[in-house]
Amino acid sequence: MFIKRFLTSFGRYVELMGRTFQRPESWRMFGRQYVKEMAQLGTDSIGIVLLISFFIGAVICIQIKLNIQSAWMPLWVSGYVTREIMLLEFSSSIMCLILSGKVGSNIASELGTMRTTQQIDALEIMGVNSASFLILPKILGLVTMIPLLVIFSTVSGVIGAYTTAWIGHIITASDLTAGMQHDFVPWFFWMGAIKSLFFAFIIASVSSFFGYTVEGGSIDVGKASTNAVVSSSMLILFSDLFLTNLLS
Amino acid sequence: MIELKRLYKSFEDKDVLQDINTMFENGKTNLIIGQSGSGKTVLMKCIVGLFDPTSGKVLYDGRDFVRMTKRERTQLRREMGMIFQGAALFDSMSVLENVMFPLDMFSDQSYKERRRRAEYCLDRVNLLDAVDKFPGEISGGMQKRVAIARAISLNPRYLFCDEPNSGLDPKTSLVIDELIHSITQEFQTTTIINTHDMNSVMGIGEHILYIYKGHAEWEGTKDEVVNSDNKRLNDFIFASDLFRKVKEVEIAELH
Repeated sequence: MFIKRFLTSFGRYVELMGRTFQRPESWRMFGRQYVKEMAQLGTDSIGIVLLISFFIGAVICIQIKLNIQSAWMPLWVSGYVTREIMLLEFSSSIMCLILSGKVGSNIASELGTMRTTQQIDALEIMGVNSASFLILPKILGLVTMIPLLVIFSTVSGVIGAYTTAWIGHIITASDLTAGMQHDFVPWFFWMGAIKSLFFAFIIASVSSFFGYTVEGGSIDVGKASTNAVVSSSMLILFSDLFLTNLLS
Repeated sequence: MIELKRLYKSFEDKDVLQDINTMFENGKTNLIIGQSGSGKTVLMKCIVGLFDPTSGKVLYDGRDFVRMTKRERTQLRREMGMIFQGAALFDSMSVLENVMFPLDMFSDQSYKERRRRAEYCLDRVNLLDAVDKFPGEISGGMQKRVAIARAISLNPRYLFCDEPNSGLDPKTSLVIDELIHSITQEFQTTTIINTHDMNSVMGIGEHILYIYKGHAEWEGTKDEVVNSDNKRLNDFIFASDLFRKVKEVEIAELH
């Protein structure tokens, strides 16, 4: 029963993506939608990304310095670990998990409401490919913006760690800098950015699927929104495992 | 002109529409009436292609919509305008942007020309002063008028209205009815209205199709509807005291 339901949903998802990745009817309108989605899904998320990353960067630095570091470890280890965690996991995977909550529920509820208020039917009647018109700009908009959010997140985390050093006096700035610069592997940055592209696709496409296929009323829109967040989070975790293995 | 031939629609084992045969002429307001759950919304959705009929033909000036390719359907849909029950305006767009939307999508005109056309359509529905407002800031009646303006912006040959008076007061309903009727005559569109508003039936019903449990029970005009001896139609039409009294007066005048 579960397998049948999963396969049915997966088939409908693939079918929807088939309709989504088609040539837009009007490039002018596509461009307008694309810019709007970049602002709505990406730019509007910068604040929460900066805030969370700042505090996580600060907390990682404190945790490593006060709870992990011991006498036989070099002084730069806190900065080094903070950088590696931010680059390898937090700014790409964990940040995308957080964004799947914010952006995913936003997409699912927007499309779900459009479905229940017949706005999607109105597009279809006009002869517009509603999937391509509504979903494609969301996917491309988020995929475009996510590497920038990863960069903002990493930088904000590092600033958080320096602020801890400066305000809390638990580590000197020079030790932190030594750790931040120690054995830097540029590929780690690219690995995070590449992973985030996949996660952005998952967030936008899965959430769009749940929103676009809503049947019923406001309660069903709420359920779709929850399902979108849960499903995209699960898929991000599974694909993180797979991609980390593949890219390392 | 839209013609339906032996139209059937089933959902799993349930037959919702059975053997519908009728013709909707252009320049006339064609009304589909029936009780809730009679199948009139499903019929409308089959006509506009939101549902595929189980069997039968939907002919748009001789072109069978059911057997068209996807591309042909898309082309034909650009000749349609539809007014939904809840107006279905795009929340994120202003009134002007809503009306300009079909033009932005499918017209090669310059921005100035598209805007002029949208303003003409809004003027036609007396809403030129609401261009910058958003759907959430205007009343239900105004939303319906914006929906009408959007529906006519591309000069459609076929106009569909799904319960256009739903949720509106009688006076506003009358305005909407008269607007749809005058647009139908002015642009010679084939207009199909799905309604159970008896004021619309008596006011603008030039061709009325009564659906009862999924089949075409009765067809006629607004003048014929009052004098019909079809019991099911009479039970439906004269369920309201007002219309029953109107009929009694008409019968008394005849005798």
